[in-house]
Amino acid sequence: FDMACNSSGCESGGCYGREKENGCKVVDVKETVRLCVKCKSNEPMTFGDGGSDDGRFCAECFRSNVYGKFRLAVTSHAMITPSDNVLVAFSGGSSSRVALQFVHELQVKALKNYEASRDRSLPVFGVGVAFVDESAAYPSLSGGMSDAIELVRSTVLSLSPPEKDLHVVTIESVFGSESVEARDRLVKLLDSVSDETGKEDLLLHLKMLSLQKVASENGYNRLVVGSCTSRLASHVLTATVKGRGYSLSADIQHVDARWKVPIVLPLRDCVWQEITRLCHLDGFDSLKTVELARHPQSGINDLVSSFVALLQEENPSRECTIVRTAAKLTPFYFNKIPETDDSCVPMATQRRLKKFNLKYDGSMTTEAFCPICNGPLNGSDSSEDESDALYAACCSSCRFQILPQEPSSLDHFGSLLPHHMISQVKHHQKFDSQTYLREKIKDCLLLDDEEAV
Amino acid sequence: MEKGEAKSKKPPRLCCICNERRPVLKRAKTLQQICRECFYEEEIHQAIVKNRLFKSGERVAIGASGGKDSTVLAYVLSELNRRHSYGLDLFLLSIDEGITGYRDDSLETVKRNELQYGLPLQILSYKDLYGWTMDDIVKMIGLKNNCTFCGVFRRQALDRGAALLKVDKLVTGHNADDIAETVLLNILRGDIARLSRCTSITTGEDGPIPRCKPFKYTYEKEIVMYAYFKKLDYFSTECIYSPNAYRGFAREFIKDLERLRPRAILDIIKSGEDFRIATTTKMPEQGTCERCGYISSQKWCKACVLLDGLNRGLPKMGIGRARGGGVNGGDHKKETTVKTLESKQCGSLDF
Repeated sequence: FDMACNSSGCESGGCYGREKENGCKVVDVKETVRLCVKCKSNEPMTFGDGGSDDGRFCAECFRSNVYGKFRLAVTSHAMITPSDNVLVAFSGGSSSRVALQFVHELQVKALKNYEASRDRSLPVFGVGVAFVDESAAYPSLSGGMSDAIELVRSTVLSLSPPEKDLHVVTIESVFGSESVEARDRLVKLLDSVSDETGKEDLLLHLKMLSLQKVASENGYNRLVVGSCTSRLASHVLTATVKGRGYSLSADIQHVDARWKVPIVLPLRDCVWQEITRLCHLDGFDSLKTVELARHPQSGINDLVSSFVALLQEENPSRECTIVRTAAKLTPFYFNKIPETDDSCVPMATQRRLKKFNLKYDGSMTTEAFCPICNGPLNGSDSSEDESDALYAACCSSCRFQILPQEPSSLDHFGSLLPHHMISQVKHHQKFDSQTYLREKIKDCLLLDDEEAV
Repeated sequence: MEKGEAKSKKPPRLCCICNERRPVLKRAKTLQQICRECFYEEEIHQAIVKNRLFKSGERVAIGASGGKDSTVLAYVLSELNRRHSYGLDLFLLSIDEGITGYRDDSLETVKRNELQYGLPLQILSYKDLYGWTMDDIVKMIGLKNNCTFCGVFRRQALDRGAALLKVDKLVTGHNADDIAETVLLNILRGDIARLSRCTSITTGEDGPIPRCKPFKYTYEKEIVMYAYFKKLDYFSTECIYSPNAYRGFAREFIKDLERLRPRAILDIIKSGEDFRIATTTKMPEQGTCERCGYISSQKWCKACVLLDGLNRGLPKMGIGRARGGGVNGGDHKKETTVKTLESKQCGSLDF
């Protein structure tokens, strides 16, 4: 006997057995007339997927709930402002499809306002789409790749006006070209990583590098990533089991501005169930072949995903609790949109950003970062007496699961890494905090070192 | 493989630590080959020295359940106490929760340990302290939140026992697997304050009875191997009421994880130590229980709240998020105590 509660104060799935405490009504499921609990006028949607909240909202209210979370995230974190040029990372999966859809709808609204306004003061932000072809890393994908790309292309075409550029890049583009040599180099690099999980993670880092490259080479100043609550919950656990507790809080915020092109996560507060239901509702095709063929089944990342799925069965709000706990960890200074001297940002926007402390001073760089994963380094991890610069520069997790264990192989491994990762190492090697600080304050110093007491 | 031939071709491997004796096993953590003698007594000694766990002349109570962790702990500590002249006065402290077919059997093991290791034993029972055995409690509340009751009661029982013995410190056999499980549990359950405390090797330092966990970096597998090689006498059955504990999820996951990557257990602990948690979120306000004088962050300590519920036939009292930020179910005994001062104690026990 299902006891659904219609009280607006009730959280989903949490009402069973508590009806005496907060006085909500018990509704007999067998009643013939059931209405959406929000608008009270339409018939509620039943997704029949065994998930929570099924049969409470009508299609429109459900959709507006999810879109509402997206929009709230965007505005409260200044993710997208009128002068921005936004690149949406699109994998073809459900999450990024929803992200793309919502960003498009936001853009359409902005265009409508622009055309309706008299003074045309607020420009409409630009949107582009990027798709990374990983078939060099996962040969099983190559067969279906051209079809997948066609599907991506037609999807992007259907989302206009306003028109959006599509950038299809291969993962080996991180090496500067998309040639056979680049492909070979990628294969060699991945083969030299013996740890299965390390290989998967290295590929993720390379994928991010390739997205950053597309974004900065094409004038985008924001990268939208469709990570949802569920994906972040898995990340919290994988980071924990890999000893990455220090850098974890950097990865799970709404904004990650460590990168040249800051990353924003507008779907961070939406759960996987909402996303799949929305895709079902709107009839989005997902590139299932691309998604499924991608993942080998033997590493830690998959073990954690299965574990989270198990926990979700036991309690459907577990993912949210995990992310909520991790959200209590202290974020980093770069988990906000960086302040840039951008005169084309409208004054009203600038004032708002300043008022709510949504930006930080981009010149402040107090953290050192791992050249491979870009994770902030914990002071206690550094070992300055290491003979190899790459080893010394990396975090302990990358040292273990990505770098080769033989010290003699480190040089060769370093030569296979993309230039962007290695150039950071040289910088780190020279990093001397005393010199660095002195550089910053030298204008104010009156005496030379030798003369100072 | 022709072992004879291989032996004559190159010298046999020696223990990595002493380089004298033949190795008999591989460390679970590092896959190093070591001899029986060196096997990890020295590593425990290093952990004790490095973390400054004890001072000469201290009276130390070992939380002894008769299980492998506490038996090995008692054995290793008394051995190292002798070998390295720690100068400690060691005691065994055991808690009888009143679980027939489990605790009564394991207590026999502890009584044997008392004789085998020559350490004086003190036993305290839930029946004497609280008027309820776990058997009675489970009869009343069933098998869902029983671990909450047991954990809360045991913590207080250990503190009272320690006071009775007039010891300066309590040591428990929590191993790396336990602590890793606790880190995961606290993430899953949203307890950021506990998350920040649960990886400390010593806790409760500004209270009357500090506790430490010398086995913080020792894998459960290694403790089992040690007990096996040293032929130690211990009781190896799981608590009969435990199968439903939420901790079971974390434990299964960690077993699978260890198979894939052995060092992951230590990596979890490292993550727990490195989490960026603001110091302001760490400690709840310290106070004392109005009813019994035990340390508490609320008006009544958790044990009194739970007891009151039991005595009044309201077993759900104190379970869940109902009042004042209380504990949410789960296995309490592995979590650290709230630091505070204690005033007078009820009953016949003196502080």
